[in-house]
Amino acid sequence: MDKRIPAVIGIAALAAVPQLGLGNYHLHLLITVLIWGFVYTSWSVMGRFGMVSLGHGAFLGVGAYVVTMLWNSYGLTPWLGIPAAVAMSMVMALLVGYPCFRFRIVGHYFALVTLALGEVVRLTIVGLRDQTGGSLGMTVTAVPDGTSLLALQFGERTVFFYVALLVWLFGLWVWRVVDRSMLRYALEASSEDEDAAASVGVNVTRAKLAITMLSAAMTTLGGALYAQYQMYINPETVSGIGISLQIVFAVIAGGLFTQLGPTVGAMFTLLLAETLRVSFGHDIHGLDGTVYGLLLVLFIIYMPKGITGSLAALLTRGRAEPGAPAAGLAPSR
Amino acid sequence: MSAAPMLEVRGVSAGYGTFRALFDVSLEVRAGEAVAVIGPNGAGKTTLLRVISKIIAPTAGDVVMEGTPLGPVPAHRVVELGIAHVPEHRRLFPRLTVEENLRMGAFHPAARAKFRERLDFVYELFPRMKERRNQAAGTMSGGEQQMCAIGRALMSGPKLLLMDEPSAGLAPVIVQQVFNLVKRIRAEGYTVLIVEQNIQQVLQVVDRAYLLEVGTIKQSGSSAELLASPEIRRAYLGL
Repeated sequence: MDKRIPAVIGIAALAAVPQLGLGNYHLHLLITVLIWGFVYTSWSVMGRFGMVSLGHGAFLGVGAYVVTMLWNSYGLTPWLGIPAAVAMSMVMALLVGYPCFRFRIVGHYFALVTLALGEVVRLTIVGLRDQTGGSLGMTVTAVPDGTSLLALQFGERTVFFYVALLVWLFGLWVWRVVDRSMLRYALEASSEDEDAAASVGVNVTRAKLAITMLSAAMTTLGGALYAQYQMYINPETVSGIGISLQIVFAVIAGGLFTQLGPTVGAMFTLLLAETLRVSFGHDIHGLDGTVYGLLLVLFIIYMPKGITGSLAALLTRGRAEPGAPAAGLAPSR
Repeated sequence: MSAAPMLEVRGVSAGYGTFRALFDVSLEVRAGEAVAVIGPNGAGKTTLLRVISKIIAPTAGDVVMEGTPLGPVPAHRVVELGIAHVPEHRRLFPRLTVEENLRMGAFHPAARAKFRERLDFVYELFPRMKERRNQAAGTMSGGEQQMCAIGRALMSGPKLLLMDEPSAGLAPVIVQQVFNLVKRIRAEGYTVLIVEQNIQQVLQVVDRAYLLEVGTIKQSGSSAELLASPEIRRAYLGL
């Protein structure tokens, strides 16, 4: 019971934040952290079991584009557009995941398949330029007075903050439910040894499909939320390789095995991006990518458990847990 | 002979790609028996157990467990028929704790309901596991890991325990302990099919054995008969 108190205080403090009279810029940063924190959490739900996807931009893209296209072209409310996009992503995850898991495409090979998936979606968006605006991106058609619950558009940033906060909390809740389920044991066992897992009764293919479809569905919701907030989407910013890799980087930096790790990763990447932008502007093209790449290598070598994992290890050094996984991404075989 | 055997392997051939590891192998295990399949490295012993567990599919023949042909049964359902596999080199989930490994053993729905009861049973059988319940399984000694692997298999409430080279990679003192474990499992009433290279010692704890060489059953009989067999004494026991 007492473990819940810090969580309640934390949520209350977060909910009170917009009342502090923050400027638009800081509120924008907070909303960005919440949206990406949710997306990263969605990735980590499967990533923590050694299923490293380098193509989650595919699901982000479906979320952003399907919802926006249905709204712009048919005036279909995102309340229906989001379920449609989520369903589409889940089918996509099923079509790609089933053969992968059935035929044991794991590790690097699985990562390559997902990398291709992200590119297929990005190129599809670019290719359908009459409908999507191609590489120029597309703008979400705004409602006349800027705010409409039906259109899921809120002129007031504060309202959007609460929407993002709810979605982010939903992500943390899903993470926790998975963490306490038998599915978690099934997937940890499968990630260590698929034969041994099958021999104790784990349907490895089904367990992996379930978590992949869950992760895809959540990421799609994140993509839709991103579009509703930015009101402008572009194939590079939702489905580009850059964004798919940034998801992986942020989660590793923040911590793959803790509930708040992905969110800390979102703060870290955002601070990093803003610092680079403010210090160097756009003078040195590709600088952010270079710094990300370098940091990713350093994190994997020196802090495989990420920021939160390393902090937790420091705090509990006295009662060390021998069972803590040594390396984040390294599969056991 | 009395009732039908618990497990029947009927004319099984199997292999990997174009390589054939088993040729028309047949054997049977009756309820309450402990049976060994002995033979040198590369004879196909592990492959045989993998066929029984459905980890690989046979190219010919079938396995029947209590009248149910395993042909159409997927790997993750074999355990529900009462077959538990203690794999070669133990294959624990090294980063999970001992108790989590045992929990995995009771993964299938029918076993989950009896999780507590069986956990107590395993802890009673192996008090060492209770002491180490929160330790990562991969950090224990080889003998303890073998104990944990057997415990994990027992958690599913099996009728038949398949054990693949339980003595492999263990120090001689520990090997003796592992065979003592096998005796205790037998005393608990489990039916055991054990695959071993350590012929001398395994024949002390089983009733019958089959000699497997290059994928074919060459000889079979009671432990005493095999221990007395001139070929086995010469080729395997160095006598």
